[in-house]
Amino acid sequence: MKNTIRVHQFHGGIHPPENKKQSTGAPITQAPLPSRIILPLQQHIGLPADPIVKVGDHVLKGQRVAEAIGRISANIHASISGTVVAIGPHPVPHMSGMDADCIVIESDGQDQWIEHQGLENYTELTKPELIEYIRQAGVAGMGGAGFPTDVKLHLGDDHIVNTLIINAAECEPYITADDMLMRERADEILGGIEIIAHLLKPLHIMVGIEDNKPQAIRALHDALDKSHLNLDIVITPTKYPSGGEKQLIKLLTGVEVPSGKIPADVGIVCQNVGTTTAVYRAVIQGEPLISRIITVTGESAAHKQNYEVRIGTPIADLLNLANVNRQQMQRLIIGGPMMGITVTNEQIPVIKTTNCLIAASINEMPPQPPAQACIRCGMCEQVCPAELLPQQLYWFAKGKEFEKARHHNLFDCIECGACSYVCPSNIPLVQYYRFAKAEIRKEDDEQRKADHARLRFEARLARLERDKIEKEERRKQRAIEAAAAQAAKKDAAFSKAASATTSSTNTTVPDLKQLKSNAAIARTKLRKAEKALTNAQSKGLDGIETLQATLKQLQLKSDQAEKAYTDAQNAPSPIAAPETDLKQLKSNAAIARTKLKKAEKQLATAEASGEGDIEALKTQVTALQAKSAEAEQAYQDAENGTNTANAAIDTSALETEIATLQAKVNKAESAWKAAVESASPAAEKMAAGVDKLKDKLKDLQDELDKSRSVAQPTVTTIDTSALETEIATLQAKVNKAESAWKAAVESASPAAEKMAAGVEKLKGKLKDLQDELVQKSGNQSAQPAPDAEPAVIDLKALKQQVSIMRTKLKKAEKQLNELPEGEDNTPLVAEIEALRARHDKAKATFDAAEAEKIAAAASEGIDLKQLKIDAALARAAVTKAERALSKAEDDSKQPLETELLTIRAKAEQLNATLERFSN
Amino acid sequence: MSAVLVAVLVLLGLGLVFGILLGYSSIRFKVEGNPLVDQVDALLPQTQCGQCGHPGCRPYAEAIVNGEAINKCPPGGQSTVEALADLLDVEALPLDAEDAEEPIKKVAYIREDECIGCTKCIQACPVDAILGAAKQMHTVIVSECTGCDLCVEPCPVDCIDMLPLEPTLNNWQWPAPKPGIELIATDRQPGIALEIKG
Repeated sequence: MKNTIRVHQFHGGIHPPENKKQSTGAPITQAPLPSRIILPLQQHIGLPADPIVKVGDHVLKGQRVAEAIGRISANIHASISGTVVAIGPHPVPHMSGMDADCIVIESDGQDQWIEHQGLENYTELTKPELIEYIRQAGVAGMGGAGFPTDVKLHLGDDHIVNTLIINAAECEPYITADDMLMRERADEILGGIEIIAHLLKPLHIMVGIEDNKPQAIRALHDALDKSHLNLDIVITPTKYPSGGEKQLIKLLTGVEVPSGKIPADVGIVCQNVGTTTAVYRAVIQGEPLISRIITVTGESAAHKQNYEVRIGTPIADLLNLANVNRQQMQRLIIGGPMMGITVTNEQIPVIKTTNCLIAASINEMPPQPPAQACIRCGMCEQVCPAELLPQQLYWFAKGKEFEKARHHNLFDCIECGACSYVCPSNIPLVQYYRFAKAEIRKEDDEQRKADHARLRFEARLARLERDKIEKEERRKQRAIEAAAAQAAKKDAAFSKAASATTSSTNTTVPDLKQLKSNAAIARTKLRKAEKALTNAQSKGLDGIETLQATLKQLQLKSDQAEKAYTDAQNAPSPIAAPETDLKQLKSNAAIARTKLKKAEKQLATAEASGEGDIEALKTQVTALQAKSAEAEQAYQDAENGTNTANAAIDTSALETEIATLQAKVNKAESAWKAAVESASPAAEKMAAGVDKLKDKLKDLQDELDKSRSVAQPTVTTIDTSALETEIATLQAKVNKAESAWKAAVESASPAAEKMAAGVEKLKGKLKDLQDELVQKSGNQSAQPAPDAEPAVIDLKALKQQVSIMRTKLKKAEKQLNELPEGEDNTPLVAEIEALRARHDKAKATFDAAEAEKIAAAASEGIDLKQLKIDAALARAAVTKAERALSKAEDDSKQPLETELLTIRAKAEQLNATLERFSN
Repeated sequence: MSAVLVAVLVLLGLGLVFGILLGYSSIRFKVEGNPLVDQVDALLPQTQCGQCGHPGCRPYAEAIVNGEAINKCPPGGQSTVEALADLLDVEALPLDAEDAEEPIKKVAYIREDECIGCTKCIQACPVDAILGAAKQMHTVIVSECTGCDLCVEPCPVDCIDMLPLEPTLNNWQWPAPKPGIELIATDRQPGIALEIKG
């Protein structure tokens, strides 16, 4: 046979021992039906297929069991009939030796085909339909990579195919699958080529075949003679790796596929001979890709030959079929000796790309000797078919300078292993390249991910910012609305007030006050707004317009308020009449009283001196007394006549009266005392006067009490607030006193002890007041609340008390600590003890109350969820504490341990409660 | 005299022309921001984890440009340090982290039975990789998770684990080859020599 076209050269290449003769002696044998098959979901490049059967389904031979996802993917078909027994991880032929998802089918022994039919005349179909037909059959490249064939046949309009190359080189040692296929099924191959040519419409079809397969070449030529197909069978010299896609293209066309491009970019498509038969069977016979030809060879195999094997057959079946001596077998290789992978698990199935099994003995493939230093001999460069600098790449990969390796076109390396083969130092060069490629891919992937994360992060920041602005705007809007609503309300109030001043009688006085404060408030607001406006204007902030509008509104309001106030002031107040009456009466009574007193005094002096007209004076006094009584009565009547709302005012009036009276009594008493001391004769009289005064005082006080008790219900809140302020002032006093005392103690002043006593006293007083307050507020809250509520409030109050106690205790303790040494700290200690006792008691009460509450809750079955969450939190706290403990140094372990114990106890308690609940 | 004057005038004129040219171009071709920050930021892993002591990757990039050490990014690992050293033309420092090894890629997983739906982790996630709503179970979108760790601490029930990504066939990598015995011929021991002859 002679070539009709010139064969070019590619750089490098090696001539390893072929070892092909062993397996070409026998024809292709049909492997027996396997009892079970394992179909990995990924037997091709691209996305794994998606299973469309379930465990337990019965499937027929040729039935689709997994469907392609996306463009670059392939369907998977059952290669036997039987039952799906598992879909899950199973060892697969992969360099990692890892498991991958597989469909396992148990054979039913029937080997029953699903209904299938080939196309009578595929030229009737449109190209996309035909390609889809091939895609349905799950055809993928059978040369090694397993690229889905339909993708290669459907390149789109941007790729014009002028050359179709059929790869029949089969350059790797040992493998004879394609050779035997060509010898025995050349017709099918040519049929397949015809279909592919129909689809691609190439100008030129070439079959590249190495010159070590003369029988195959003859068979092809014979078949070609019977065919109308116009193609060139190009015989190339035997050299590894002439079967590499780019190398074969270089050999046959002289065209070099540029780095990073695919052959289609230069108008060339390559297909393996095995793939052409698969296409032929798919189109003409309607059979999906369910079997392939595999060479089983190696010194340990007794029957070295090619078998047609169902895809999914475990390799153990094949090894048994070839009668492999397992003792002799040193290494089991899937693929060729140069690019294949070593496997250890015989349950690994045969897949679409499996072309050879080598059961090698130790003599055939000795273990790799240890690598030695690179001697820079440069042999690797001479054999590299990709024209790279393997040595340089090796250094970069070893030094992890991946960027440099990339710049030296690491990714053009086809991992053929020629460099490793010739390396005199036995350096596993290809491993280094694979490692470097993986690292670079990983970095690229991470970079992509980082960019993606940055996008997401920035999007999130933008979103948060937007949310913030929106919230701010909403808030502003709400504020404006609220202001408007408030203004409307106030306007209404003003108009009401205005009408009230003219019509009503008894509301004027408080209204006047109200109006005054309103006007004042409006003025302040106005001033504030003005200030804000000037501020905004000077700083050039936005929203000046709104501010101005607000200002105007405020101005208006302020004017209104002011006007209302002045109006109200100018208007005559009708209520003043009764008020003045009352006052008048009061003063009348007072005048009468004074007159009476004067008279009495006169009488007394007269009596004492025994001079003047005593009788006249006496009558005068009685008259005056009557008058005074009358006036007083009138006043009293008037006062009682005013409504009870005035009770508060009344009491205050009474109080002032009492105070003055008290002062009088005091004065009188001191006068009397002075008189007694000087042994004055008027002493006795004075004593009587004093007594009288005292009686009066008592009466008044009684009255006050009475009026207070009348006013009580409405005044309680005021009372408590008064109490509270009192307490606050007292507290301030206490604090002051304490600080003074401390200062005294520090300066060792003799007054310190006295001060301490004072402080104690103040504290006692404070305590009393607080107690009173608590009592009062307790009463207050207890009174209106129905039966259910006090528990809750009590609990809260109790809690508060406990916390107050705790604070006090802590303070006292701190004080004790701060006390200089040598000082007498017994009182403080005693105080602390007392406080602690109180605290404990309060806590006990609180705990009891809480327990009660929980029990109550438990009986009602509420808060189960809350409890659960609490329990979870407690558990988390325990784990966190444990972690902290494990991390902590030895010296700080003690407190952590105790903490952990308490937390754990709490968690257990919660858990127990939870369990009780759940039960 | 006139020659001197001419020379002075010519130089003044030239100075004026170039001054205007430079002034114009400094406005016309003004570069907004610092482009170096962008370049540094592009090299950082964008986990936004804050382990460098800055509130995100960009602030750290800015700090690096302002002279901060380049070895404070544990998620980036030594490779990031080297890339930064390459970019900024400074010495590549060893990674400043507890475990100076290359970081293991981790991803957050929520133990969904224990999640109480508090949304705290959602708020903490810088890349919005956690899905969920109040009182609803949350889950992590694994493909979006950067493994920054920021969601672990806020979880009140401690139901988030940082687990290393399971290797699959697609992300499996060839391991680094074991370095061979660096022998020189005279060091060869008989056993090894035998083995080589095999």
